[in-house]
Amino acid sequence: MENEELISLKNIVVEFDGERIIDNLNLTIKDREFVTLLGPSGCGKTTTLRIIAGFVEPQAGDVLFECKKINGVPPYKRPVNTIFQRYALFPHLNVYDNIAFGLRVHKVPNTEIRQRVSEMLSLVNLQGFEKRNVSKLSGGQQQRVAIARAVINRPKVLLLDEPLAALDLKLRQSMQLELKNIQKSLGITFVYVTHDQEEALSMSDTIVVMNNGKIQQIGSPIDIYNEPQNAFVADFIGESNIIDGVMLSDYHVRFAGMDFDCVDKGFAPEEPVDVVIRPEDIKIVEPEKGQLVFTVESCIFKGVHYEMIMDCDGIKWMVHSTKFEQVGDRVGMLIYPDDIHIMKKSDVPVYTDGGEGDRR
Amino acid sequence: MKKRAALPYIVWMLVFTIVPMIMVVYFAFTTKEGAFTLENLIQVKEYAGTFWESIELGAVSTLICLLFGYPMAAIMARSKAHVQRTLVLLCMMPMWMNFLLRTYAWMTILENNGLFNSFLQLIGLPKLQMINTSGAIVLGMVYNFLPFMIIPIYTVMVKLDTRLVEAAQDLGCNWLGVFRRVILPLSVPGIISGITMVFVPAASTFIISKLLGGGTMLIGDIIELQITGGANNLNLGAAMSLVLMIIVLITMMVMNVFGDRESEVALV
Ligand SMILES: Nc1ncnc2c1ncn2[C@@H]1O[C@H](COP(=O)(O)OP(=O)(O)O)[C@@H](O)[C@H]1O
Ligand SMILES: [Mg+2]
Repeated sequence: MENEELISLKNIVVEFDGERIIDNLNLTIKDREFVTLLGPSGCGKTTTLRIIAGFVEPQAGDVLFECKKINGVPPYKRPVNTIFQRYALFPHLNVYDNIAFGLRVHKVPNTEIRQRVSEMLSLVNLQGFEKRNVSKLSGGQQQRVAIARAVINRPKVLLLDEPLAALDLKLRQSMQLELKNIQKSLGITFVYVTHDQEEALSMSDTIVVMNNGKIQQIGSPIDIYNEPQNAFVADFIGESNIIDGVMLSDYHVRFAGMDFDCVDKGFAPEEPVDVVIRPEDIKIVEPEKGQLVFTVESCIFKGVHYEMIMDCDGIKWMVHSTKFEQVGDRVGMLIYPDDIHIMKKSDVPVYTDGGEGDRR
Repeated sequence: MKKRAALPYIVWMLVFTIVPMIMVVYFAFTTKEGAFTLENLIQVKEYAGTFWESIELGAVSTLICLLFGYPMAAIMARSKAHVQRTLVLLCMMPMWMNFLLRTYAWMTILENNGLFNSFLQLIGLPKLQMINTSGAIVLGMVYNFLPFMIIPIYTVMVKLDTRLVEAAQDLGCNWLGVFRRVILPLSVPGIISGITMVFVPAASTFIISKLLGGGTMLIGDIIELQITGGANNLNLGAAMSLVLMIIVLITMMVMNVFGDRESEVALV
């Protein structure tokens, strides 16, 4: 049954107050897939999730569930459950009653409710918390109650809206593992929203990168990281140097005043392009052996590597290396053809997460 | 710091709440000459019927206020911000006018030759006896106390997180289920304080019954009579007040216990 098409969004358009929030979105989610919607804040991730849940009706386009159109079906009739941003637990109910909520609504017999709630409590490691007041729980515990409250209904699809955003780093990492395990062991399709690229890369089967209500790229984490389709994706996923370049011919590109071999083709001669190079793909060598010569402007220790800002005729580059370089020194640079990613110039505004504003 | 800031309130409480209470208790248990007695309290028994009628009318008014006030508060809480402000204002506006004047105004509307009956005659319908009925008393109470029901419920509802409503829908509730399992239990605190704020003044009112109920004497009127009017029996008046306070207190305690249980059980 795997790889069967479960949810399809076709040509979806959503406007709020005349402003286009989702712009002709097309997305297919397969059964048992872990799909992550990734993008900067305000790009329309929550709205996309709410379209699937039934809280937002698109102005145009179709929502299909198992190939049946479900536009207009109210949320309570959809076989999906949501874990809301900041949980939305019921404050008037204790842990047990929160988790049992969906089963009670569906008139499940009490004995079965008791048994399923206790299964859930052990799944999320909250045995003994039945009678606790939910507002007295820690963030991580509330999160677990929210997971249990949704999963107990055995939904076909679980929608998760930045479920870990409010937790501290340590807890976030262990919850990432737990969520992934729950997804695998229960065989539920997850549609997961986050603005955290590391979270997306480490958990997902498929990542959907969004910006300004449009899908930028859909692919596996490895594809998205190694083969970003445009400058936005390259910049948003991991750190990147994005340099203006000109395509000379197939497999030849000129940037930073030098000609380079590359592995891309199919551009017009003299076509201006974005050249994307990851900071860790730049090799530091003796000045006379390098393709380019850089001056070290700063060198900061980041735990595993040094993060360096280098100057090359006024263009700033970010370089990662395990070797320390003295600020002010001149060093040579080598970039292998494999590591040069050529992208069509796009009119997509590039998202910068602050810091190295000069890289572009 | 904090303690000193609280001082004016403590003095206020002392002068206007604690001392009067002590005086009520003192007068209730003494004769005119100041000797200890239980006579006053025993005499209160003769007015059991009036007590009952007052509580009954107060309860009916409170119920009607709840039936009108709850949907009104819900509608207000769900409106857009500027509509909300206007509705709250409209709700409070009658209170800018003196309570007595408002009640006199109702008299002229309900009188046998009043506004309403003139209108009925105009369209060829027979006159209705409205003034001097217990219906008129209830109308007066509902009119005067309705805002005290709406405002506390509205205050609770406006704070209700819409994500909880969505969470309930997500878990399979239709609108009735959302109301029963989430909105109603979460608005219980507002309902309780609304009921308190309407029932207490309604059960002890004395002007409304006098003006709109004709000769009807509710317990408030009888207490007034003891203290200011012809009867001039301060001690009996104090005893009645004491009994009334205790009845109201017990009613409220029962309400609160019921309310606590209600918010827990409503869902099962
Ligand atoms: N109900 C709404 N009314 C008006 N604008 C909205 C509404 N919901 C979302 N928006 C707008 O839509 C855009 C996308 O929002 P959202 O989907 O929440 O983004 P994300 O979850 O990616 O941060 C934002 O600019 C937001 O202000
Ligand atoms: Mg969001």
